[in-house]
Amino acid sequence: MNTVQLSLTDTLLLMLGAVLTENFIFSKFYGCCPFLGVSDKPDKAVGMGMAVTFVMTVSGAVTWAAYYFVLVPLGLEYLRTVAFILIIASLVQIIEMFLRKFVPALYSALGIYLPLITTNCAVLGAALVNIQEGYGFIPSVCYGFAAGLGFTLAIVIFAGVRAKMEFADPPRAFRGFPLTLIAAGLLAMIFSGFSGISF
Amino acid sequence: MDYIEILKTAGVFAGLGIAAGLLLVIASKLFAVKRDERIDRIAEALPGANCGGCGRSGCAALAADIASGKAPVTACTVGGAATAQKIAGIMGVRAEAPMRMRAQVMCSGTEEYAKKKYAYSGARDCIAAVRMGGGDKLCPNGCIGLGTCVATCRFGAISVINRVAVVDYKKCEGCGACTKACPKQIIKLIPYDSAHWVGCMSVEKGAVVRKQCDVGCISCKKCEKNCPSGAIRVVNFVASIDYTKCTGCGICVDNCPRRIIWSATRQNGELVITRLAPENEEN
Repeated sequence: MNTVQLSLTDTLLLMLGAVLTENFIFSKFYGCCPFLGVSDKPDKAVGMGMAVTFVMTVSGAVTWAAYYFVLVPLGLEYLRTVAFILIIASLVQIIEMFLRKFVPALYSALGIYLPLITTNCAVLGAALVNIQEGYGFIPSVCYGFAAGLGFTLAIVIFAGVRAKMEFADPPRAFRGFPLTLIAAGLLAMIFSGFSGISF
Repeated sequence: MDYIEILKTAGVFAGLGIAAGLLLVIASKLFAVKRDERIDRIAEALPGANCGGCGRSGCAALAADIASGKAPVTACTVGGAATAQKIAGIMGVRAEAPMRMRAQVMCSGTEEYAKKKYAYSGARDCIAAVRMGGGDKLCPNGCIGLGTCVATCRFGAISVINRVAVVDYKKCEGCGACTKACPKQIIKLIPYDSAHWVGCMSVEKGAVVRKQCDVGCISCKKCEKNCPSGAIRVVNFVASIDYTKCTGCGICVDNCPRRIIWSATRQNGELVITRLAPENEEN
């Protein structure tokens, strides 16, 4: 197994980077669809962020195992994108059923968001980055979790901004999506301020 | 070209797909949750507008509550009698037909009649305006007219005309979502065929109302004294009509010196809403 060996400090820095400097939405532009679609109310954004974090963490673990124990021995590394879509999609379905049966409270909180992220590019992106960078198992899971946290941070902040904008009285041409996109752009610029920091 | 390689790849992915499929089947059997199948049937019978008028997040939530007995079968006011009948059939109970209602904004204080205490230019939202000393109109119970109810209405039935919200009775389904959204609580549900209503909710004394608005109830009690059926009463300095007693004779309309009792009559099956023109203070 040719994975990069990361110390505890390296793993923690990796996680901090995934939340701030390498934020999935603002620097990689993954997961823009839920970022714009589910950010109209802060409570919705929290639910979506929690669901993404949850799925990213679990799928980070499962896709890592699938890659190194199934695809690598068979010499099919180049088909990982296709395989991961299949694995993540069925994984989310199983998680949904499991939650409905055993953790109804969590299901009612995350339930409607889980199907939305079955084939979300942020989730797939986190899994692929793990393989691309050659992270080991623990860093892969940590990276997935931190990327999810970064996503949650971004979407919750943005939902707060949008909640304020709802009562604004902008010129007609800016109403709705144009203003939302401008706000998203400003927020991305603010986050780019983190990129100067090197850990 | 190595055909074996292609076959191997196809085989592996077919296997992966079948394995995932089998896992899902096993999981769905293993984690199956017993669900009241009436919930789905009730949800189908509901209008599906997700208006929130019943106080729940949407039609699915109401369906679950009706099935578990937490809500009556008539809980959906939008669906009216037809929906209540269908749901009663599913639940195996008898439904008493709910009366069709419509929302009415109980304020007549348009721009030209209601006096203002300051010029408001803040956020276009009634709740925001209320925090600024109760809004710009002097009357503490007047319509702010910034359209919080408009944004709440799922049927597009409300519009703000001349700084007073107006409900289009043709589009209104009587869900009551606006009555809860209004920070002044001046939107009321009245029977759909109500002949009259008092277009004011000011609870100030007459002398104060005179200073605040040209079309406010001054609690003169002329309507109360002249009503032959005792349906209209002035309580807390404002007149209101008891619809269980009102016969729709219209005597109160002619007696009101402020001309704020509105009338609705059926003409060719459609409601026509009218009001006598307000008189000037001097007359």
